[in-house]
Amino acid sequence: MRRPPKDTEESARRISRRAAIMGAGMFGFMAVLAGRMRWMQVEQGEAFRLLAEENRVNLRLVPPVRGLIFDRQGRILADNAQNYRIVVVREEAGDLETTIAKLRGLVPLSDEQVERALREIERRSPFVPVTLADQLKWEDVAEVAVNAPALPGVTPEVGLTRYYPLKGDFAHVVGYVGPVSDRDLEQAGGDPDPVLQIPDFQIGKVGVERKLEPMLRGTAGTKRIEINASGRVMRELDRQEGERGADLQLTIDAGLQNFAQARMGEESASAVVMDVHTGDILACASAPSFDPNLFVRGISVPDYRTLTENDHRPLATKTVQGTYPPGSTFKMLVAIAGVEAGVVTPGETVFCPGFREMGGRRFHCWKRAGHGWMDMHDSVVQSCDVYYYELAERVGIDRIAAMARRFGLGERFDLPLSAVAEGLVPDKDWKRRTRGETWRIGDSLNAAIGQGYNLTSPLQLAVMTARLATGEAIRPRLVKSVDGREQPVLSDGPLGLSPTLMAQIRKAMFDVNNHRRGTAYRSRIVADDLKIAGKTGTSQVRSVVVRNEDVPWEQRDHALFVGYAPYHAPRIACAVVVEHGGGGSAAAAPVARDILARALHDDLPPLEIFPASQRSELEALFSSLPLLREDGTPPADRA
Amino acid sequence: MSYLEYRVQTVPTGLSKLLHINWALVLLLTAVACMGFLMLYSVAGGAMEPWARPQMERFGLGLAAMFVVAMVPIWFWRNVAFLAYGFAFALLLVVEVAGMAAGGAQRWIDLGFIRLQPSELMKITLVMLLAAYYDWLDVDKVSRPLWVALPVVMILAPTALVIVQPDLGTAILLVVGGAIVMFAAGVHWAYFAAVVASGVGTVSAVMASRGTDWQLLQDYQFRRIDTFLDPTSDPLGAGYHITQSTIAFGSGGWTGRGFMQGTQTRLNFLPEKHTDFIFTTLAEEFGFLGAASLLLLYGGIILFCLASAMTNSDRFASLLTIGIAGAFFLYFAVNMSMVMGLAPVVGVPLPLVSFGGSAMLVLMVAFGLVQSAHVHRPRGRA
Repeated sequence: MRRPPKDTEESARRISRRAAIMGAGMFGFMAVLAGRMRWMQVEQGEAFRLLAEENRVNLRLVPPVRGLIFDRQGRILADNAQNYRIVVVREEAGDLETTIAKLRGLVPLSDEQVERALREIERRSPFVPVTLADQLKWEDVAEVAVNAPALPGVTPEVGLTRYYPLKGDFAHVVGYVGPVSDRDLEQAGGDPDPVLQIPDFQIGKVGVERKLEPMLRGTAGTKRIEINASGRVMRELDRQEGERGADLQLTIDAGLQNFAQARMGEESASAVVMDVHTGDILACASAPSFDPNLFVRGISVPDYRTLTENDHRPLATKTVQGTYPPGSTFKMLVAIAGVEAGVVTPGETVFCPGFREMGGRRFHCWKRAGHGWMDMHDSVVQSCDVYYYELAERVGIDRIAAMARRFGLGERFDLPLSAVAEGLVPDKDWKRRTRGETWRIGDSLNAAIGQGYNLTSPLQLAVMTARLATGEAIRPRLVKSVDGREQPVLSDGPLGLSPTLMAQIRKAMFDVNNHRRGTAYRSRIVADDLKIAGKTGTSQVRSVVVRNEDVPWEQRDHALFVGYAPYHAPRIACAVVVEHGGGGSAAAAPVARDILARALHDDLPPLEIFPASQRSELEALFSSLPLLREDGTPPADRA
Repeated sequence: MSYLEYRVQTVPTGLSKLLHINWALVLLLTAVACMGFLMLYSVAGGAMEPWARPQMERFGLGLAAMFVVAMVPIWFWRNVAFLAYGFAFALLLVVEVAGMAAGGAQRWIDLGFIRLQPSELMKITLVMLLAAYYDWLDVDKVSRPLWVALPVVMILAPTALVIVQPDLGTAILLVVGGAIVMFAAGVHWAYFAAVVASGVGTVSAVMASRGTDWQLLQDYQFRRIDTFLDPTSDPLGAGYHITQSTIAFGSGGWTGRGFMQGTQTRLNFLPEKHTDFIFTTLAEEFGFLGAASLLLLYGGIILFCLASAMTNSDRFASLLTIGIAGAFFLYFAVNMSMVMGLAPVVGVPLPLVSFGGSAMLVLMVAFGLVQSAHVHRPRGRA
């Protein structure tokens, strides 16, 4: 087919024209594209680069290493243990079931653990490591590491977790840490430390761990990590180390603490041992105890129930939290108040017929038959109640209360322990204020023998004893040093009491333990340079006088003993309270004597310092105690 | 002018044809493909596998195919245009029917060395057929309604098959590619104006219907439009890819973050980084300079094609060349607009750069046709 040339030329021109138009259109659009590129990359480039960085970089906190806690000898009380655990990454594990089955051949894994891990794996992204087993032994982890090629996606990891090597001995003093709870966050206030948000972060819950949490915690470091679109960590870009928490050294002697704890055994009891010159608390034991390590990972419900349902209250810190009527241990203060007030002289005698009549009521002496003529010295040694009824009437409650406060009763000492109690030293004003009643003379009589409204903690009794021994207003101290910086010894200076009077009181306390008539004569030390001066106490739980053996345990009297040693050159003061132990001389004094003897020797005391008749009995007792081994590790059979 | 009207004796024969090949165009194509290799190497994290090496092999194959096609006289291609269209249409139908049977998943035919997508083949054969049609059609009849309707049917028939796959991107390329040939052939302005006007009218009617009783789209479809218009309205949902793509693109700056240093790409914030979003990676790693260079190379290809078409007095040859240049332009224009957030994500690869066998091969064959048209252009009068 031939076309006229005009047609073809016209057509070619038209095509070229249209092609030119389209070309213009195309290049026009390409100019638009180039303009857009320039706008995005050059004008907005910085903004987009910032967005890309935000996408990519994630700031994560590095938990600080918690400060360690040592005893006064440098023995470790709270350690950061390597916690070996095994984690599994699903996407790398291939067939999860066979992998877990193989793993179970190497590591002890309970069905419950496996089930929990599988549930966790189900919930998380496939690349998130999930903990399969926790708190493993190094041997187990090594076994897994050796078999790594056969266990795809399974890796052993090591982290730090709190460990209390002495277990029950320091459950109350050092306390324990645990996972951060909502309550912890609430108490942290409006601006909580961001480290609290780190999963598995541990925070102090009880005792020193809680009270000195800010010191122990340290500050978190940060690391910048690169993440990809699905949130997987690709690499660490840089890291800024945090500051580790301060190491604390307590004034406690772990060996003595261990002995005190063991000596009290399963009794519901507490003991506070103090250096009379520095106020250093050498032991602060509350029995029965529990293993704080149970709480670190979260205690199981049955374990917790066992602890809370125990009527001996193992969770309570009885040394500072428990308050008891001081009973006869209060009498020295009343005597000093009387002499200081000038209403009685030490040599003046009072006749004890076994009771005192007052407002139509009979106030009995513990000795129904009466003590006969008593001076100050004898009233302490034999713990005559009637002498103090008389004194109470003469001196008045306000002066007794003032004297008690000078000896540290009714004062909440600033110790980093949970629930330090203030106790109660009653006076007229107090009764009017809180009860709206006037003070009666009968109240004074009860108060004078340490009953009635009086409440004191073992810590306060120990402080009182140390002050009696030295005449100095020493204050208790629990933290010896922080990161090697020695903490100051606190003392309010001399009590300002007559040295003669104090010497007389001390002599009376000496005779409590060393005079044949003394209430604690059985609990004496015979070695001349180690002799004890003390005072027994029995605080009534009920008012009717019945023999303790005839009533159920929880209605029996509390047994108390306060004392110090050596008499001639006081070093150590000790207060022991055995709840519902019966009488102070029978239940509390022997415990206190043994603890004092242990404290004076820095080791198990030699049997020669005890009365010959008790030696074989004590030898048997000491050898049966579950004490720390030579290397400082706890005996195997103890929690 | 049609090849029937000039003496074929003036056209080079044998190996001397090689001298008449448009070597500048070959060079430009190779340069673009090399940028593709570089980016595929980069997105694989600095490895030839799994993308760069196969892509190189296919480019080699494509280059060979281009030369073979270029050696074959252009009038042969004109004569087989109808057959080729019919063949591609049949394949499309086969895939469609087989795809239905296989649950609609399969859009390709496995040829052993390559998986051929008939829709890719259709893109050139449609251009070939339209060019041949207008070469045959009397120039006076070009704008008559009946003769306009015929090519419209030629375009819409395969488009219908493609759109049910569903492959919106290819459908758009077919329609607009066909329209470009029709426009170049001289179809009257009024037809295009009418189509554009009715398109605009439809869109505004749809948008205006929103929230009224006679709403023309479902709510979710409107939300998709919203997402396109403002990706930040749904940054983690449908707008995620666009948002991440623009972040990656913009963060390139003037000179980019460096080869294999693109964090968005490295860290998987980018979707489809070896196919549809490869331009984003290029922009992120080589910045404005890299992105603009590629655009410049593309522009060069378009320029050479249009120049060749305008100097070619053979009607089939120039329409074919314009059609192919137009389709090529559409490819990269749509892809670039898409990754820069100027157009919705429709799944159009970046020509010669994105990983993909049949697209690469078909494009190289298409440029073979352009070369053949160039080599066999009429020289002088009979």
